[in-house]
Amino acid sequence: MLYFANWKILLICAICALGVLLSAPNLFSPSLLARVPDVVPHKQVALGLDLRGGSYLLLQVDVAAAQRERLNSIIDNVRNALLDANIGYTGLAVKGDAIVFAVREPGRIDDARQALAKIDPDLTVAITPAGAGTVSFSAPATEQKRQLAVDQSIEIIRRRIDETGIKEPTIEREGQDRILVQLPGISDPEHVKELLGRTAKLTFQLVDTGASVDEARNGRLPIGDEVLPAEEGKAARVGPDAYVVKKRVMVGGDTLVDAQPTFQGNEPVVSFRFDAEGARRFADATRENVGKPFAIVLDDKVISAPVIREAILGGSGVISGSFTVQSASDLALLLRAGALPAPITILEERTVGPSLGADSIHAGALACIVGVALVVVFMVLFYGLFGVFADIALFFNLCLMLGSLSLLGATLTLPGIAGIALTMGMAVDANVLIYERIREEVRAGRTLISSLDAGFKRAFGTIVDSHVTTLVAGALMFWLGSGPVKGFAVTLSIGVLTSLFSAILVTRLLIVTWVRRWKPKVIPI
Amino acid sequence: MFRPLIVIRHTPKIDFMKWHKFGFAFSALLMLSSIVLFVTVGLNYGIDFVGGTQMQVRSTTGPANLAAMRQKLDALHIGDVSLQGFGPPTDVLIRLPRQPGGDAAQEQAVELARKALGAGIDYRGIEVVGPTVGGELIRAGVTATILALLAIALYIGFRFEWQFGVGGMISTLHDVITTVGLFALFHLEFNLTTLAAILTVAGYSVNDTVVIYDRIRESMRKYRTMPFRDLINLALNETLSRTILTVSTVALAVLSLLFLGGEVLRGFSIAMLWGVVIGTYSSLFIAAPILAYVRPNRAAVARSGEAAKAPVSRTR
Repeated sequence: MLYFANWKILLICAICALGVLLSAPNLFSPSLLARVPDVVPHKQVALGLDLRGGSYLLLQVDVAAAQRERLNSIIDNVRNALLDANIGYTGLAVKGDAIVFAVREPGRIDDARQALAKIDPDLTVAITPAGAGTVSFSAPATEQKRQLAVDQSIEIIRRRIDETGIKEPTIEREGQDRILVQLPGISDPEHVKELLGRTAKLTFQLVDTGASVDEARNGRLPIGDEVLPAEEGKAARVGPDAYVVKKRVMVGGDTLVDAQPTFQGNEPVVSFRFDAEGARRFADATRENVGKPFAIVLDDKVISAPVIREAILGGSGVISGSFTVQSASDLALLLRAGALPAPITILEERTVGPSLGADSIHAGALACIVGVALVVVFMVLFYGLFGVFADIALFFNLCLMLGSLSLLGATLTLPGIAGIALTMGMAVDANVLIYERIREEVRAGRTLISSLDAGFKRAFGTIVDSHVTTLVAGALMFWLGSGPVKGFAVTLSIGVLTSLFSAILVTRLLIVTWVRRWKPKVIPI
Repeated sequence: MFRPLIVIRHTPKIDFMKWHKFGFAFSALLMLSSIVLFVTVGLNYGIDFVGGTQMQVRSTTGPANLAAMRQKLDALHIGDVSLQGFGPPTDVLIRLPRQPGGDAAQEQAVELARKALGAGIDYRGIEVVGPTVGGELIRAGVTATILALLAIALYIGFRFEWQFGVGGMISTLHDVITTVGLFALFHLEFNLTTLAAILTVAGYSVNDTVVIYDRIRESMRKYRTMPFRDLINLALNETLSRTILTVSTVALAVLSLLFLGGEVLRGFSIAMLWGVVIGTYSSLFIAAPILAYVRPNRAAVARSGEAAKAPVSRTR
């Protein structure tokens, strides 16, 4: 017991010093830290949004909707392929995640299969001998498209958020098709939510001047046309509430290279510029349709439908509609950032304002300090000098805990602060176990040294066993919990681990040093 | 020399086993009423689990007028809106129930509510949880609790004998069920942090149990012929001062969280406090006495003791 290898002493001291060094930056303000040289650690514990204030959004990428849309665009190809091959069919429609149809003549099933196989290698074509056919994306293709859709969505969300000027956003994938967005310092996320919630798919489509909306609504919709409602602008709307437009897209928003809010006269508008390909297609389309109106469609709503006065060859143009300054700049932002490949819904939102966050920090810190102070006094009352040793160990435990949290870049949440207070109360458990054991050994008539020795040795196994169960609970919380609960699990688990070190090794080193230096005759407990 | 001011000098001689049947009856009653409460009254689930909206608002024009706010919100017909004071008189916690119509509908309700409440209100915090996430969180929570109980039982069974694992699991289950019962009885909000508290309680209450089991095992090896009843009593009395002291330190930390940690941590602190107290009680009156019924195999315990001892003495 009295023997403590020098390297062990050094190592324990080094770890404690490291703990102090790593946790120290948390005492200073970031501006002060910026001025100290880089060799000194200055990582601070990252505060969770519930403490620093901010907005947490969990988004779901509606991959199924994107898939349905793709099937809707392929259904025309299926129709054409069957018509070209002169195969009679009925009931062609999108149903669930597949296109279904029935081949009229059983003899032509093989021909149908061949004709359809040419459309897209990603498609799986299955036709039963009775003639019931399904066309769907193969499993790997679906999976790949899902991945791609989520990746693209993350990229576009990042661009949109960057454009708004929000600082230090975190945007990451969560699970299979979810995106977690964290926006520090944002206490009113309404505007961001509005921007993220829009798909922003822009198309230019010709208006079918030969058909009227009323007729189309009564079921006489010309083939290849669709009825689209007009966008409800913030300013007074002029013009009809819906348009009959050609389904064929002249040019899509994916060919835009820039969009900026600007003014035309007094009216806010959005100017845009096409890339070379888009410019050529736009020029061709406008040249062929001079004098006819075309619809500017955003997310299946017609923003405006200007008449083409002359061919537009320059590759740039202006979208006017009933915009406000804000909505024009939003639209420009959305067009610059690009369209989302799939619609997005908000599953969960947690927003904490700066005042609530500050209150939480204040209350949490106060509770922590008072809790630790009570424990410190308690230990001195019940164990005297050995209580002081336990308190010194507790101090290093706190440093190591904060240091590890800083080093790991873990996020401290309000429940995390509760975890710190709690582990401080639990950490002395190991000390109590050891001291009680020592007391018993003293009562059993052992000498000072052997009582100390036996106390540490015998308590060790118990301490490990009793701490593992808390670690098990912590691990499960981390695995299954979310956000704040994870923060709690991290501090609890780290606290248990550091308390094992401090309560066993640091306390033991202190006691050994005390015995060697002062050569006591009795143990003061 | 710096001596402690308070010392528990003598090992007490309390006959715990004499009282254990009262303990069993009391605990059975507690668990039964918890289950009945859970089934009949049910839990006051927070939005984490059932979805919906929770807003912490502060009136910037003096104390909040709950009645007027309630009137404005009721006029929206968005279901059973609840308002309650939350800390200082200016602060109100508003809960909107989950809206029919999926995840997007929740957001719309918030917007309506904000418009209805008008100016003079500082939105300190808004939480909106859609039905999708809520359902998942319930499942994850239940899974975590069950896994925790199993993992703890397995660990104790592995480190001791399986009989100890059974005892540990029953007493932990007892603590978890009665904590849930407490929340049902007082209609306290049951949310994610409460769940975290329950898992921590599970981990902590076993801590106590393990210490006592450890001592029982040690005594089983030391006094091979002592009746089981006496063994358990001895172990409980020998560890009693330790039990009281460690519970006290944790309780001190939890009490300061309860009184100073603010409204957000209240539910967590209540669950922890109850768990710490009931966990200690159950270690003394459930976990230990149960061993007198499931009877760990003394020969096996003694054997494992010798096997464990040999390598240890060599390395030290």
